Amino acid sequence: MSDASLDGFRAELRAWLEENCPQEMRDGKMTEDGICWGGKNWVFTSDAQKVWLERCAAKGYTVPTWPKEYGGAGLTRDQEKVFYEEMGRINARSPLQSFGIWMLGPALLHFGSHEQKLQYLPPIARGEIRWCQGYSEPGAGSDLANVQTKGEDKGDHWLVNGQKIWTSYADKADWIFALVRTDREAPKHKGISFLLCDMEQPGVETRPIKMISGISPFCETFFTDAVIPKDQIVGEENKGWDVAKYLLTHEREMISGGAGGLTGTGRALGAVLSETMEEMDATLRADAMRCEIDTLSIGLTLERYKDQAEAGQGAGDASAMLKYMGTELNKQRHELMMSAGGSDALEWDGPLGNRAGDWLRTKANSIEGGTSEVMLSIVSRRVLGLPG
Amino acid sequence: MAKLVKTEEENMLADMARGFLDGAAPVSKLRQMRDDGVTHDPALWKEMAEMGWAGVLVPEDAGGSDMGFAAANVIAEEMGKTLAVSPFISTAVIAATALRQVSGARAREALGRIASGEATYALAVDEGIKFDPDATQMEAKADGNGFRLNGRKQFVVDGALADRLLVLARTEDGLTLFDIPSDRAGVERTKSNMIDARDSARIEFTDVEATGDDVLGQVDQAMTVLKPAIEAGQAALAAELTGLAAGAFDMTVGYLKERKQFGVEIGRFQALQHRAAHLWCETEVTASAILHAGRKLDEDPENAGLAVSLAKARATATAKLAVIEGVQMHGGIGMTDAYDMGFYMKRARVGAEWLGDYSYHAERVAAARGF
Repeated sequence: MSDASLDGFRAELRAWLEENCPQEMRDGKMTEDGICWGGKNWVFTSDAQKVWLERCAAKGYTVPTWPKEYGGAGLTRDQEKVFYEEMGRINARSPLQSFGIWMLGPALLHFGSHEQKLQYLPPIARGEIRWCQGYSEPGAGSDLANVQTKGEDKGDHWLVNGQKIWTSYADKADWIFALVRTDREAPKHKGISFLLCDMEQPGVETRPIKMISGISPFCETFFTDAVIPKDQIVGEENKGWDVAKYLLTHEREMISGGAGGLTGTGRALGAVLSETMEEMDATLRADAMRCEIDTLSIGLTLERYKDQAEAGQGAGDASAMLKYMGTELNKQRHELMMSAGGSDALEWDGPLGNRAGDWLRTKANSIEGGTSEVMLSIVSRRVLGLPG
Repeated sequence: MAKLVKTEEENMLADMARGFLDGAAPVSKLRQMRDDGVTHDPALWKEMAEMGWAGVLVPEDAGGSDMGFAAANVIAEEMGKTLAVSPFISTAVIAATALRQVSGARAREALGRIASGEATYALAVDEGIKFDPDATQMEAKADGNGFRLNGRKQFVVDGALADRLLVLARTEDGLTLFDIPSDRAGVERTKSNMIDARDSARIEFTDVEATGDDVLGQVDQAMTVLKPAIEAGQAALAAELTGLAAGAFDMTVGYLKERKQFGVEIGRFQALQHRAAHLWCETEVTASAILHAGRKLDEDPENAGLAVSLAKARATATAKLAVIEGVQMHGGIGMTDAYDMGFYMKRARVGAEWLGDYSYHAERVAAARGF
């Protein structure tokens, strides 16, 4: 795209944002109480949050790069960069976040039929349906392909029985995308299907798990004779592992993005730490500088991988690197923020808000979506070609 | 900004450079030069000049190939992989960038001599054990129409081989950069016996006479000329260190695949797999910072400081990790002089210090990021 037309897009977007982004939504708040997750049961925290979502959804700005016919704005990579720069410039909140946007959407765009895309994507883009991810099971953590939840073929539907765990926000979600074993005879990677399940039925129950951070973002989800019609499969029967892997790649890139970057809205660590410590002691300062150097460099690496993807070279297994480096760094960042917060950071809802909860939450970053050790094994086998 | 992906031209340049260096300047060449006590191979530099490398930052109408900073980084990175010995960074990057900041026939001719490979340069800045241009004490006292230089410099990389020296000295109201021949009366060079077997010198200046014509840029305003030159050098050195890390890494992964203990390749052991994988992750992240620094220098040189320091800091840390892990994973053989890994380790240490160490660049990043 020419610079001139990109400038035109920027001017237009800037004017639109100026007119349409409510003042209350310009605080960049991305903590739990600032995020809009959408869904049937969503209670907006303010009128502004509702208006902001509706206006963005009408323009396709909740999912700026998705095609227009599926609820997106059809932006190019260059326009997308401008979009986030301009959003960052006025410190605008993201209008909507969801697993539908980050995970299911990309998988459907890649593997779904046209009908499925038309059916499932626009409600995600408008924040009407909230999805959760049914991957892990008590016996299938790092060994994810060991899923035991089974789907029995009943002609026009599958009858599903089993248990999922670590299903984020399952208690608040409307639908779940799940890995289900549909062929018990096949080798473990080859008998799995990727199914879409309406949770509003008697056979699906959820139970929140209280975490060390004091909150319960994760659940156990139980399937007891749950019914999933045959047209609610993504990709082919027993080839769900391909969909699962593709989706995990997106999940990994998303999780690694938590570290921010040069062009992202991630705040400089120095500024964050200075809020609580007028003068950082030498050790903390040295650690923080190292963390900042690595954060900026990982941000650049995310940019580089996006540029490569646009040039037709997908990150593939190298996304494991982004996930590993990004999450380990995010953990360090929050350790430093705890240090800088001193005893003020030790109270739940104390002077620094939920800093301790956020710190504890980051410890899951290097576990969820594949542990750091699994990521290193992927790099070692698939990128370096070391013998397995 | 241009994409953070190597262009087709940059990939071609890298392939060409790799092909040439594998043949003309493999690690065994450095070993031979070290054994012979030689730190410069004029014939090799001449060949590099013929390929347009010496003139990579020299304008075409002055005889250069004018490929830009990102391209210079590509060449430096390839040189790092085989530890190729040349005055590339001192001459083709630092001196050429400094001379480009200056107009006039003299600078233009000097650039032409760089491009053709006739002239080699060294940058004489350091006086203490750390890189710190602002702390320069060396004096250039006004004397008639010219100056008299007195003082000493150390860690002048390529200072023993160079025909010319860029010397930073304190004048009445600031710092001034002089461009003088290295054999001028009063210049006494002592070649340093460096751990990386590369060229460097300690230099004493005793009543060295310099004229106004020897001043590069304006009196008291060295940084106008020197800052872009130093940043270009730092970026190229970061690229070299990244190539060095890649070279050490490839050697290490190759060893993990062939060395057997307990009846199997040691690369089957998860303890080693994860260390190798971590090292690769670090090199990938550093590669982004290098690419970004090159783009920034080409497109927005006035504001490239943060990008350059980020690149140099990351490259320093990654090269250090690569050689430490390289030696450890090779075990005893990695400690022997007969094996190449030690050459990588020693060059990584010298590269870590030159033009600002990790702390120096971390402070610059910190200053730009609100610390």
